[in-house]
Amino acid sequence: MRKSKALLFEMSRPGRQGYSLPSLDVPEKPLDELLPKKAQRNEPLGLPELSENEIIRHYTELSTRNFGVDTGFYPLGSCTMKYNPKVNEDVAVLPGFAFMHPCQPLETVQGALELLYNMEQGLKELTAMDRFTLQPAAGAHGELTGLMVIQAYHRHRGDHKRNKVLIPLSAHGTNPATVSMAGYEVVQIPSDDRGLVDLEALKEAVDETTAALMLTNPSTLGLFEEEIIPMAKAVHEAGGLLYYDGANLNAIMGYARPGDMGFDVVHLNIHKTFSTPHGGGGPGGGPVGVKERLIPFLPVPLVDKKKNQYYLDYDLPESIGKVHSFYGNFGVAVKAYTYMCMMGAEGLKQASTDAVINANYLMSLLKKTYLLPYDRICKHEFVLSARPQMKKGAGAGDIAKALLDRGFHPPTVYFPLIVEEALMVEPTDTEAKETLDAFAEVMGQIAKDIDQDAEKVAHGPYNTVVGRLDEVRAARNPVMRWEKKVD
Amino acid sequence: MGGKHYLPLTDEDRRQMLAVIGVKSVDDLFSDIPSEVRLQRELDLPPALAESEAIEHLNSLASKNKHFHNCVSFMGAGVYDHFIPSIIKHVTGRSEFYTSYTPYQPEISQGVLQAIFEYQTMICQLTGMDVSNASMYDGGTAVAEGAVMGCGSTRRSKALVSRSVSPFYREVLSNYFNSRGLDLEEIPIVDGHTDLSELEKLLGEDVASVVLQQPNFFGLVEDMDGVADMVHNHKAVLIVSADPLSLPLLQSPADYGADIVVGEGQGLGVPASFGGPLLGIMAARSKFVRQMPGRIAGETVDGEGNRGFVLTLQTREQHIRREKAASNICSNEALVALGAAVYLAALGPQGMREVAEQCLQKAAYTLEKITALEGFEVVFPGNIFKEFAVKIPGKPAELNKKLLEKNILGGVDLAPFYPELENTMLFAVTEKRTREEIDALVRELEGWK
Amino acid sequence: MKYNIVDGVKYTRKHEWARREGDTAVVGLSDYAQDKLGEIVFVELPDIGAEIEAGKGSAVIESVKAVADLYAPVDGTVVEVNEELLDQPELINSDPYGDGWVYKVEVKDESQLDALMDKPAYEKFVVEEDEK
Repeated sequence: MRKSKALLFEMSRPGRQGYSLPSLDVPEKPLDELLPKKAQRNEPLGLPELSENEIIRHYTELSTRNFGVDTGFYPLGSCTMKYNPKVNEDVAVLPGFAFMHPCQPLETVQGALELLYNMEQGLKELTAMDRFTLQPAAGAHGELTGLMVIQAYHRHRGDHKRNKVLIPLSAHGTNPATVSMAGYEVVQIPSDDRGLVDLEALKEAVDETTAALMLTNPSTLGLFEEEIIPMAKAVHEAGGLLYYDGANLNAIMGYARPGDMGFDVVHLNIHKTFSTPHGGGGPGGGPVGVKERLIPFLPVPLVDKKKNQYYLDYDLPESIGKVHSFYGNFGVAVKAYTYMCMMGAEGLKQASTDAVINANYLMSLLKKTYLLPYDRICKHEFVLSARPQMKKGAGAGDIAKALLDRGFHPPTVYFPLIVEEALMVEPTDTEAKETLDAFAEVMGQIAKDIDQDAEKVAHGPYNTVVGRLDEVRAARNPVMRWEKKVD
Repeated sequence: MGGKHYLPLTDEDRRQMLAVIGVKSVDDLFSDIPSEVRLQRELDLPPALAESEAIEHLNSLASKNKHFHNCVSFMGAGVYDHFIPSIIKHVTGRSEFYTSYTPYQPEISQGVLQAIFEYQTMICQLTGMDVSNASMYDGGTAVAEGAVMGCGSTRRSKALVSRSVSPFYREVLSNYFNSRGLDLEEIPIVDGHTDLSELEKLLGEDVASVVLQQPNFFGLVEDMDGVADMVHNHKAVLIVSADPLSLPLLQSPADYGADIVVGEGQGLGVPASFGGPLLGIMAARSKFVRQMPGRIAGETVDGEGNRGFVLTLQTREQHIRREKAASNICSNEALVALGAAVYLAALGPQGMREVAEQCLQKAAYTLEKITALEGFEVVFPGNIFKEFAVKIPGKPAELNKKLLEKNILGGVDLAPFYPELENTMLFAVTEKRTREEIDALVRELEGWK
Repeated sequence: MKYNIVDGVKYTRKHEWARREGDTAVVGLSDYAQDKLGEIVFVELPDIGAEIEAGKGSAVIESVKAVADLYAPVDGTVVEVNEELLDQPELINSDPYGDGWVYKVEVKDESQLDALMDKPAYEKFVVEEDEK
């Protein structure tokens, strides 16, 4: 049944409280003595007043109006929505991790530093990089950190004419946005008819102004860039560096390593590949790894070990500085580290194997009913086009809404931009064959529904707590906070 | 093999699936990786642990650390030991919240979207701003992105930042500015406060924004009287990094004329977690909304007129505007913001005020007791909220070592950030500290050296 | 023809139109362009007095999930902008050649205007675009 849910503010009753605090046990001084009148707040706080059980019921109801990986299949392409192991959550809240202050003396944080150190060793092995920083708090933050390191490297060599970063057209939106944030210009590299980076176009584009090539491999189409070696050669010969966007690392763990492909810098998304939850949008973690020659430019501090004592190394004179107030999302790293410990080498490789089997299997089932623009073996994800369905009156966005009605989270829609009416499907390694079969069946049913009554599909969803929401209204007259109605 | 319990495919499943795909073996699925880059050996990682073994390993690492549960903390500098009500972890522990992603499909994401909308409203109430985003990574990146936003909205390329702003934040800010080719200049301090006469001299046609912190890094309440007018006279933007826990007592940033309010929200029920995940706060007057980075939830209706929430003004964001986006931020700290909203709902206006008053009173009590001791002196005159700098008769590291013997996490040494402040420590006293704990700290300081 | 392509204005290959009014030209988005963009939610207008250059971005038109630059059809100085669009961006959808105009520019070089497509040429161009 459809209904709106009252806001906390609408439920508020003056005089209710949801907290319990001990009374002040030091001698109280008059407020005006401690704070001059003019520095004091003049207006009421305007926060809701509720008892604790009302708050819990409010959020419990809200949670039932939300879909997570624990609710069902979540094949959101490019996001690697794999299962989030529960033990990760348990260990991350151990007081010895969750209640540590970042400025504590080193002798009181040895366990935390050991964890970060061990994690770095694992990431190095997995990616063939020489050093990692765990400071970036998300993938995009890692991208920015990586480009800052590249920039510092070029500047340090006195090479100031490199002002461009090359990016394939199929890249995640964060890539070009990051390039601008780092003060670089974006140069778009087209794809060839196989959906791969056009090597000839790349060779044309590289020159003495190229700072770096940013690449996801496998690409956002889920295809492995087979010409990565000549690509790397072309960029390196022009004096540029290679940046690896690790969003798709889940496809190749134990099979190939960015460092062996010629990449100089990588970022990983530990909330994707290493199973830490996405939290409704965050927190994530975006460790950045580099090859030897770039180590001096990494953010400070690095975690290191001397005579079995772990310490924070600030002695990097060429460092870019800091990208986070402290050491990044340590609490997320604890979860990712736990996952790595439990998977081991064989388990991580099997995860990639199963992610790739699942994607190819689902692709085989779905290409019978949907257009598959690049029909080759894929890696961990693939991209369909709903162009034929759109011509009948319901496109990728409508198919997504129809999936909501049938208990599935939709794939990523309208991305990558090089495929019209794109549906980007990433089943991940943690899904059973039966789930994929059920999803394929529903997708087939939706295609049939479009054949019969596209108009109806174009107006869904029908079984969700709210119907299709008016995004135009939200954007034309943005209401971004609740305000008390004045009668 | 490790992690088998997370991988549902059986060998039989795999055989059947490979047959449907039309390949003979798993290797065929990886044949597109050129042999030169194929890893020709197995990864060299420690042996996989079973769940019980992993718990034991992680327990043993955690047990090597000191923390707020086995020590009494007087550490601050942006991260504090405030009380965290139980209710928060029970809400953020609902897996429908924590296992979801950014709410791109609003009809099945009303839980997260409404929670963000409520969070945005609460941040607006606290700061007096018109609009808040759904969060930034932390206080440091919020300051940096706020200053970048100031440049975007004024089309100028220089920011002035007070030396009394957290050095952690200034380091992030200077890095962001340096990379982007923007200019940054520091406003000197006098007696721990921003030197307003120097600020006036530094302001000019090229200045996009002025970044201050309230209370500042030394815990001092800055005099905001007339600052906004001075900044606005030069058509620059006033950015304030505020401690949300101070706002129930201190004049709201809107009231003294701030344009953009940023800050660290860790005090709002967020575990310190060795400095992350934290919560970056970002709020502004409505005229800046198009330059604002990050997700924003907005209210709308469905076809039947039911209220619902969506991500709005997405054209600012990287997935649409790409290289012209306001920022590259994608993942944020949504779950932390959810927890902060629960905190604010639980505390309410009265609880928030009580917390702030207790911080104020207890910090004042502690400062008085410590500076009554021989050899301990207050460094800066002025009003404080919950933190203060003290000159001590010796090395901070040595004092902290002694305190640690009594399971007290002492103060933060200021010399690494302010070389002129030798033998000076920053102590924080939250509402959680009892008189007994404070007196115990004072007893340890008494007679040291 | 699915789109309303009117007489008396000149069209660019990026689907802007320009209509001569004395020394100035009124500039807007063609019906084809507004249809492709979908419901317009926001328009970023140029400053009055801004110098614009033919083929370069001069205004920004946003729908919910797309952002499009309005490329200047000619070189010149912006002398007037349609402030109605700030409150009612949907005017571009409902009346692209009338109330949905975007700005008025003082034309530097008349020949630039003459070189743009007329109605028959633009109709042909749009058919080709649609077939891509």
